[in-house]
Amino acid sequence: MAQGRLEIDGVSKRYGDVVALREMTFEVGAGELFGFVGSNGAGKTTTMRIALGVLAADRGEVRWAGEPITLATRRHIGYMPEERGLYPKMKVGEQLVYLARLHGLKADAARRSVAEWTERLGVAGRRDDEVQKLSLGNQQRVQLAAALVHNPAILVLDEPFSGLDPVAVDVMSEVLLDKATDGVPVVFSSHQLDLVERLCHRVGIVRSGQMVACDTVDALRAGGTVRLVVEAPLAPPGWAADIPGVTVTEQVGARTVLELGDGADDQAVLRAALDTGPVTEFSRRRQSLTELFRNVVSQEVAA
Amino acid sequence: MNASPDVRMGNWEAVGLVAGREVGTRLKSKAFLVTTAATLLLLIGFTLFMKTVSGGSDATVGVTPAAAALQAPLKGAGSAIGQDIDTRAVADEAAGRAQVDDGTLDALLVGDGSSIVVVVKKDIDDPLRNALNVLAGQLALNQQIVGLGGDPVAVGQAVSGAKAEVRPLEPPFDYNGQQLVIGMIAGVLIYMSLLINGQSVAQGVVEEKSSRVVELLLATIRPWQLMAGKVLGIGVVGLAQMVVIGGGGVVAGLATGVLTISVSAAVGTVVWLVVWFLLGFFAYSLVFAALGALVSRQEDVGGVITPPLMFVILGYVVGISVLPNDPGNHLVEVLSIVPLFAPTLMPMRLAMGGVPAWEAGLAVVLMVALIPALVWLSGRIYRNAVMRSGGRVKLSDALRAA
Repeated sequence: MAQGRLEIDGVSKRYGDVVALREMTFEVGAGELFGFVGSNGAGKTTTMRIALGVLAADRGEVRWAGEPITLATRRHIGYMPEERGLYPKMKVGEQLVYLARLHGLKADAARRSVAEWTERLGVAGRRDDEVQKLSLGNQQRVQLAAALVHNPAILVLDEPFSGLDPVAVDVMSEVLLDKATDGVPVVFSSHQLDLVERLCHRVGIVRSGQMVACDTVDALRAGGTVRLVVEAPLAPPGWAADIPGVTVTEQVGARTVLELGDGADDQAVLRAALDTGPVTEFSRRRQSLTELFRNVVSQEVAA
Repeated sequence: MNASPDVRMGNWEAVGLVAGREVGTRLKSKAFLVTTAATLLLLIGFTLFMKTVSGGSDATVGVTPAAAALQAPLKGAGSAIGQDIDTRAVADEAAGRAQVDDGTLDALLVGDGSSIVVVVKKDIDDPLRNALNVLAGQLALNQQIVGLGGDPVAVGQAVSGAKAEVRPLEPPFDYNGQQLVIGMIAGVLIYMSLLINGQSVAQGVVEEKSSRVVELLLATIRPWQLMAGKVLGIGVVGLAQMVVIGGGGVVAGLATGVLTISVSAAVGTVVWLVVWFLLGFFAYSLVFAALGALVSRQEDVGGVITPPLMFVILGYVVGISVLPNDPGNHLVEVLSIVPLFAPTLMPMRLAMGGVPAWEAGLAVVLMVALIPALVWLSGRIYRNAVMRSGGRVKLSDALRAA
């Protein structure tokens, strides 16, 4: 199969006077897990809907394996919409077979695949129940099964982790990693930034319909200021105030968090700490994705 | 396992999948099965009822031996005024009176045959009284003819042979009472079916919209395929329902002997019923599907589909209130060719008979011509509105958006 990458190229969309997407551009390579983050209304869902063809873009193009995506190639996408949707009065098994067949699977292949995925996602026992009789968590699992039953070559998941219990989060993470290992490009949006940080190879941060940062997690984090965490039980308040290029952001009990300015010497900080007595922890911490995200959002407010 | 499956799918394969789901869902629905069975039972029950009511004659008159000569003339007088009178010889007057008393006989003809004297329980109904009066008149006339030396038989023949000659400019159609009833039943069936199945289409569209499953569906198939599949699926089930009910009713009618019209006329009625159900259903359900897509909640379905529904109801009400008394009504004749009213009025008229071939043909042609226009218009509204959730989408917005 064409283990193609998914490219979103200069996609723009406006609703009347409201600009929903402005030149949205990114790509997800084969086997890559791409995390899509941003505040509510930033344009994540609109981007995904355009990729799935349920919404038309004003400008720009979505490509898969170098070719503009069409209705036929879209059947290769596994999609989980933000607004979960299944027929409430249809049985789980019948519904999944139906959806798999709409994606082009033959009846027997569809049934086999449904058996396999409901087993794996822990809802095999509910195949003969109507969807509306399932708990919210189980409905989510069925929804994920609906995105997977046709053995998709691309996965586009809008908020797949919202509303899941911790066990289901683990199952979901495992499935996504497996799919990526198989060479499938996986895009998902989430507000659970710790999960995104842990799972994704690359992350894109969207603000007001534009991609403002898009890189590997490490590269994104490396760009930020460096912090030091020092634990010195006997240090008096203000012990680090005089070290050049250093700002103390927090001192609670024995723990002090400092920000290093350009050219500041972290070893000077360690020496100053040792002068106050024993040092039980001295670590250099890069900013987390959450902090990075906050910075991006605050820039938005400033701008 | 990562072989990419072959996902090519023809347009009609997609439509077929959607239609298949609709058929499966409808056939499993209890409400649908109950409605179909109840309607069929009602129709068969009606047939049986008609049999018991119309099985016998209009009146039964006992005749004593002395008045036995009046048996045949009484029947003749009855049929002259459209009454089917059954006569029964009784042993003597006492036995006859007993039968009148217990209700077996409506009246007992007594006397010596030279005059009409009847014994009744309390009163007799007007048709029977008229028949007896006609008979009494004849009797008196015969006696006068004999008195004048003439031959009552010869006079009778001359009188019955004399008739006014009517020369119509247009040959009138002789409406048959049974066909009028069949026409009414056809009207009720098609009205019910359009109402129930048409609303199912609108509700189905809203179900997909309100449950948001439509987003998942439209990621794999085109809006027109989804809409066409839904209309087709529900239509096929509606059609089967129509054939079962209409066919069941006709078979019951013919088997019990209540229907005495020819088998070909009965089959013709069912065939026309099916044709008009299909035409009416497709036209109306396309409109219903498009309008259903404008709203996001089941509660709002009624509001948007009421305007087109009024045409169905109006056609039905006009037909059922005018046609039984005036089958050749000119207004109904015109309306039954107009596409919006044709689905309810034309099958009623066709079942009653007497519709010129050009009228039946023109109505079908107009309707068939309208459907492609509706497909285009509904497809546009549906495509533009079905993904917009939240409030009610304005019809003008749905039409405008490209």
